Amino acid sequence: MSRVIVMTSGKGGVGKTTVTANLGTALARLGRSVVVVDADFGLRNLDLLLGLENRVVYTALEVIAGECRLEQALVKDKRTPNLSLLPAAQTRNKTAVHPDQMRQLIEKLASSHDYVLIDCPAGIEQGFRNAIAGANEAIIITTPEVAAVRDADRVVGLLEAAQISSTQLIVNRLRPDMVAAGQMMSVEDVVEVLAIPLVGIIPEDREVIVSTNKGEPIVLSANPTLAAQAIQRIARRLEGEVVEFPKLASLGESFWERAKRFLNQKVL
Amino acid sequence: MLLDFLVQLFSRHSGNSREQAKQRLKLILAHDRANLSPAALESMRLEILGVVSRYVELDSEGMQFHLATEGGATALIANLPIRRVKPLETGLSHSEDEKA
Ligand SMILES: Nc1ncnc2c1ncn2[C@@H]1O[C@H](COP(=O)(O)OP(=O)(O)O)[C@@H](O)[C@H]1O
Ligand SMILES: [Mg+2]
Repeated sequence: MSRVIVMTSGKGGVGKTTVTANLGTALARLGRSVVVVDADFGLRNLDLLLGLENRVVYTALEVIAGECRLEQALVKDKRTPNLSLLPAAQTRNKTAVHPDQMRQLIEKLASSHDYVLIDCPAGIEQGFRNAIAGANEAIIITTPEVAAVRDADRVVGLLEAAQISSTQLIVNRLRPDMVAAGQMMSVEDVVEVLAIPLVGIIPEDREVIVSTNKGEPIVLSANPTLAAQAIQRIARRLEGEVVEFPKLASLGESFWERAKRFLNQKVL
Repeated sequence: MLLDFLVQLFSRHSGNSREQAKQRLKLILAHDRANLSPAALESMRLEILGVVSRYVELDSEGMQFHLATEGGATALIANLPIRRVKPLETGLSHSEDEKA
């Protein structure tokens, strides 16, 4: 049985595309066959994060229109053998696609892959309805900020109404130093208000931006950063392994790193 | 300078906007989830006040009336400080001058 998981958030810019690219890569590296689907029609960028933009020929739109076969549109990632991408069209006409067409497309993908990860657009309109149409699970991504959590809660309600059977939470861009200083909500705070099970905590990480510059997922790095390790743990949890959540402090910089940063900024 | 340094390093609870964020969020979510318009909430508030005021005199200063959420459940929280309990008779729908 393959798993079809929509990666969603309500709010934009919280890390859906980043997490989809990296989680897909991490699952493929665990030996699973994975397809990541860009459902953000009109604002596609999953191809960029995976460094596959130059190899996109056809998109989901041509498949749906019957202008090419599904296999022709899939872009295989040469660095990660079990991973492929179904790109989104860079068209503005988002309403050209209907939930039923998406559901059929996703069903086909599910029949030939262990995991289908769908990168959902921001918002709760048509693009959202298309993205969740074929999914049977959801992962909600949020940052520990009031606006992001509010939108996440809205989406939790919509997913329940759409009869998605399981919804889990990833808290992204956590800054343990700010939590400790009482300047940011903790993961516990967010889990308490949203009341859905937690599947991952990803710290703020400068490498994320560097990796998007290069089009190379952070989980491929030879020296994975804390954020990359966090995503690898999420992949193992999805695989059913019980993986403990590390202590807050070990997700962030140590006392001495903080001291060093402070001195650099105040003295030098 | 050194003091600044120490304060920043050890300031675990300085200006606790974390707690503020959480409290605001709980309030916002309670209202979002209940999907009750501000107008409906206001008319409910006025009706409840009307009923309660028949029995007790309320202190309008410290009054609170809002929705709250705790672990998925939503509750209406009304905190209505009582200044004085009205004489029993006036609370009932009998005539005001019965006591006289
Ligand atoms: N853990 C992280 N640490 C640092 N930057 C991040 C992290 N996650 C996401 N970002 C950055 O946040 C921005 C938005 O991420 P993106 O994945 O495009 O969000 P979305 O798809 O939800 O709109 C990007 O610039 C990305 O590099
Ligand atoms: Mg995106």
